[in-house]
Amino acid sequence: MSTVSTSCPNCGATIVFRWAQAVQATCGYCRSILVRHDLALERVGESAVVPLTPSPLQLGSEGAWRDAPFTVVGRLVYEWERGGWSEWHLRLGNDSSAWLSDAQAEYVVTARVTPESDLPLVDRLRPGLPLIHRHVRYEVTTVTRAHYVGTEGELPFTSWDRAEVTFADLRSEKGGFATIDYSEITPLLYTGEAVELSQLGLSLLRTFEGW
Amino acid sequence: MTGPAPGGTNAGPIRVRGLNCPNCGAAIQLRGFQYTQRVICDSCCAVLDAHDPNYAVLQKFSERMARSKPLIPLGARGRWKGQPWEVIGFQVRTITVEGIAYSWHEYLLFNPYLGFRYLTQYDGHWCDVTTLRGLPETGSANGRPTARWRDAEFKAFQAAVAVTTFAVGEFPWAVAVGDRVIAQDFVCPPLMLSSETTDDEVTWSLGEYVSGDRVWEAFKLEAGPPSPQGVYANQPNPLAGRVGALWRTFGVLLLALAALFIIRVATAANTTVFSAAYTFTPGRGDTVAFVTAPFTLGGGTSNVVVNMEASVNNSWLFVNYTLINEESGAALDVGREVSYYHGVDSDGSWSEGSRDDNARISAVPPGRWFLRIDPEGPPTGSPIAYSVQVRRDAVGGLPFVFALALLLLPPLLTTLRSATFETKRWAESDYAPVASGDDSDSGDD
Repeated sequence: MSTVSTSCPNCGATIVFRWAQAVQATCGYCRSILVRHDLALERVGESAVVPLTPSPLQLGSEGAWRDAPFTVVGRLVYEWERGGWSEWHLRLGNDSSAWLSDAQAEYVVTARVTPESDLPLVDRLRPGLPLIHRHVRYEVTTVTRAHYVGTEGELPFTSWDRAEVTFADLRSEKGGFATIDYSEITPLLYTGEAVELSQLGLSLLRTFEGW
Repeated sequence: MTGPAPGGTNAGPIRVRGLNCPNCGAAIQLRGFQYTQRVICDSCCAVLDAHDPNYAVLQKFSERMARSKPLIPLGARGRWKGQPWEVIGFQVRTITVEGIAYSWHEYLLFNPYLGFRYLTQYDGHWCDVTTLRGLPETGSANGRPTARWRDAEFKAFQAAVAVTTFAVGEFPWAVAVGDRVIAQDFVCPPLMLSSETTDDEVTWSLGEYVSGDRVWEAFKLEAGPPSPQGVYANQPNPLAGRVGALWRTFGVLLLALAALFIIRVATAANTTVFSAAYTFTPGRGDTVAFVTAPFTLGGGTSNVVVNMEASVNNSWLFVNYTLINEESGAALDVGREVSYYHGVDSDGSWSEGSRDDNARISAVPPGRWFLRIDPEGPPTGSPIAYSVQVRRDAVGGLPFVFALALLLLPPLLTTLRSATFETKRWAESDYAPVASGDDSDSGDD
């Protein structure tokens, strides 16, 4: 994998981009959130200390989803009233992005898709609300209001807004999974599937004391 | 050359953390790493926020919480379905049905690479429960909710509000005593599909009935598991597979029996060896016995049927036959009665009894035999004409009817026992069959 390196405008540490298209990076040393303008980096804020994670995943972990190899290049940590979860940014071999969400050790991989019809309005969300996408019937199972608490590594968009955002999780009968992200005026739809970590052929994972 | 970024591929192993309970000072180990959101102190039952730097006390033990001791201790690690799992949390949940509280225990099992699963225990019945990744298809049949998951059809069993009444250990969610969910169970033994619904979430899980022995073996526990009481919602019916098998066996045996019967009919000699007609005249004294001419019983040892037909008319005739072997003097005794009565009363005409009779003497060796016939009848009345016929090797239906009854017994009894098991299962559900003859229920109305 070709990498691009530059240095942090805040502390001078080397920032190695694992992914050439990254829009935002977080300095691993001073936690500066850096927005990229070609190779020039602009410091736009500072990430909170990323909460310790029990996830076996880490930046640099490698695996494959639907036969496409990926590298874990970034991470968003969200928190909500009753918990938190991580969205690991996967950079796929074809230079697209996918997200591996890790919520209480339940894993889901999704990628952004264009909705076929208008997505439900945020105030109409409730468990059981259906959504059809590509002939698959999904139903809303969880509605969460969450906000970013930290970022790590490289992301395809900028993320320093701490405002609360609504997410709707949807599931299909066959294990299909969809998320609607209401952070923008036009909600974004991600579809994918629930996975077991063992399905992803992961390497370069973290280990756990005692396991 | 730049080193790997912190938090990158060579970050060290994730460490187990320890803390001291801010309420009572007891040492607590966090086995669920950062997944743990709430930890409940084993010593004082205080609910702590595991993500708070000071482990804020969120809830303290109150006397309302009935403290319950887990059968599998917290921290126990066992091998379950081929993988290591550690018990990190334990909670008691309670539903109230018609004023009666029913509680079950839930053990939270954790493996950092595999996630979470649960073992539930109610009255000695255990279930291995995992969260579903997909969404079951729900519907209804005959006015009753149904659910479908991976080609298995589940029937609604019970819906109730489940309340967390006690918890200890670690949980990856913000557990609190008093948590309420709408719990709905669907069964397809040995599986159970359950949904838990709150205002903003519905979670489905799949449970599989497992034996307490298996749990004990997996976690290497002392003594034995509590013995299961009654029939549990998704307990497999031990007879379910056998009922079908027994009826199939019955079918095969029935065919064999029919074949035997056909062979018997086809090969039976069934020959008439003696036939004669007599008259019984009432009032001729006590002894009117006589002997017949001898006849030959051929073949091997076989049965003999003595058939009598008597012209009894509102009368009776009793005949004692003795089959006597001419050479050896061996005697076989059988006494038979025919009676026939008829008349007209307010209900119309009636009749009772029969004019003929078959007496069967089994296992008669071949040879020359004769009959001693000793008739008895009413002391007065008109003479009774009767005929006696002796048949050798006649086919009787009775042994076959008897064999059929014996063959029917096992499948019939097993079907009944299986049905009883199912009745017990569904008696605990929201869909209990209406009890018949239950006066206490109808008395309330």
